Amino acid sequence: MRVGVLALQGDVREHTATLRALGAEPVAVRRAEHLEDLSGVILPGGESTAIAHLLATSGLREPLAKEIESGLPVFGTCAGLILLSRQVLDGRADQWSYAALDVAVRRNGYGRQVASFETTLDVEGLGEVPGVFIRAPKIESWGESVDVLATHDHGDGDFPVLVRQGSVWGCAFHPELTSDTRVHELFVTSLADR
Amino acid sequence: MSPETSSTGSQLVKRGLADMLRGGVIMDVVNPEQAKIAEDAGAVAVMALERVPSDIRRDGGVARMSDPQMIQEIQATVTIPVMAKARIGHFAEAQILQALNVDYIDESEVLTPADEENHIDKWAFTVPFVCGATNLGEALRRIGEGACLIRSKGEAGTGNVVEAVRHLRTINAQMRRLQSADSSELFALAKDLGAPLPLVREVAETGHLPVPMFCAGGISTPADASLVLQLGAEAVFVGSGIFKSEDPTRMAHAIVEATTHFRDADVVAKVSTGLGAAMRGAETATLEQRLAERGW
Repeated sequence: MRVGVLALQGDVREHTATLRALGAEPVAVRRAEHLEDLSGVILPGGESTAIAHLLATSGLREPLAKEIESGLPVFGTCAGLILLSRQVLDGRADQWSYAALDVAVRRNGYGRQVASFETTLDVEGLGEVPGVFIRAPKIESWGESVDVLATHDHGDGDFPVLVRQGSVWGCAFHPELTSDTRVHELFVTSLADR
Repeated sequence: MSPETSSTGSQLVKRGLADMLRGGVIMDVVNPEQAKIAEDAGAVAVMALERVPSDIRRDGGVARMSDPQMIQEIQATVTIPVMAKARIGHFAEAQILQALNVDYIDESEVLTPADEENHIDKWAFTVPFVCGATNLGEALRRIGEGACLIRSKGEAGTGNVVEAVRHLRTINAQMRRLQSADSSELFALAKDLGAPLPLVREVAETGHLPVPMFCAGGISTPADASLVLQLGAEAVFVGSGIFKSEDPTRMAHAIVEATTHFRDADVVAKVSTGLGAAMRGAETATLEQRLAERGW
């Protein structure tokens, strides 16, 4: 199964390695033609402003939008989540996103780098999963059609950190930075079931 | 899960931010206007400093940590990570930068060293550090001290990429040597490198540094960025090369594109076309002060 990893900037290598460990065939996506014949695509962690900029300059922005609209499953981690969100708070004035996931995220909602943290999450259907949050976005509001698969309480109540809306998945943390492949497995398994 | 089970400042979250910067360009900026230009051009982070290296070189005198006010103005202007430099061994400057909430500290040879014997104990900090290295032993010593990101030193402020290339090639060659070594040879190799044995063993096994390796020093054109990335650097720091060029906005965009598409010569050719003059640059053989020799 061919699964794309948007390879413009960020922790592409970790996602690629995780997909390979799960038996999927990772495909680096840098140009529009790389979107052909994919079962799904991952938008990695990185800097969302840089990735958004590079999506536009590489001619990928519109083709990827069309693919997502036509139902290509997509999974965004951290910066990838920001790119998929309906609304981005504390972003740049001209920050755009694909609005594929009915959530409002606040960039760096958990603080700057010194506040970056590790914790243990309880993921629906998986149990305990390591959660690595790096200058992470915070999902502050979400629509009824969004399934919340994991939450985290950072001292101000439970907020979603792993969500799914049909074929669009997003998480605020970095499952790709740990050796635990089960979150990716959820996504990859959903592709096989389609 | 509750906040009590959360921890900050682990190696994973410190190295993790460096992982997020891979494939990107970190640009030296001296004011909020430049920081905005950098972010608009797709920089993944900015390095806030009072003078770019070529000006430090020209002006002489003692180069120190930047004024906190200037760092805070830049933090207020951009949404991307903001890094700042502390002098080698000057842990009090580093404490101040951590208190200012900078995202990465560069313990940098571009500033005047504050300690001729010791680098900063970087394990004592929540904020991650990047350090320069000219060879593998130096890189592993810095990692042993807690650095979470290594960059080549290059020869900052010269616009001449030759030293950065030397450092990358040296580190790569020394890593290949470790990979081909018998396990009983690693003790002597660790001694020769002056590097901690556990880290030497790790490199021998994996073939790469335990932390990301970026390139800094003398990168002035899109072609320079493509060169060092093809030599194994995972991201680039660009100092004087952008804001000392004829058209900084275009140069910033071009180096970002070339960094993403570094193996695609068609893209690098396109962004290199009609760019205007790169920074003037200097021949490193004629320099009076070699910054790369600072640190050890």
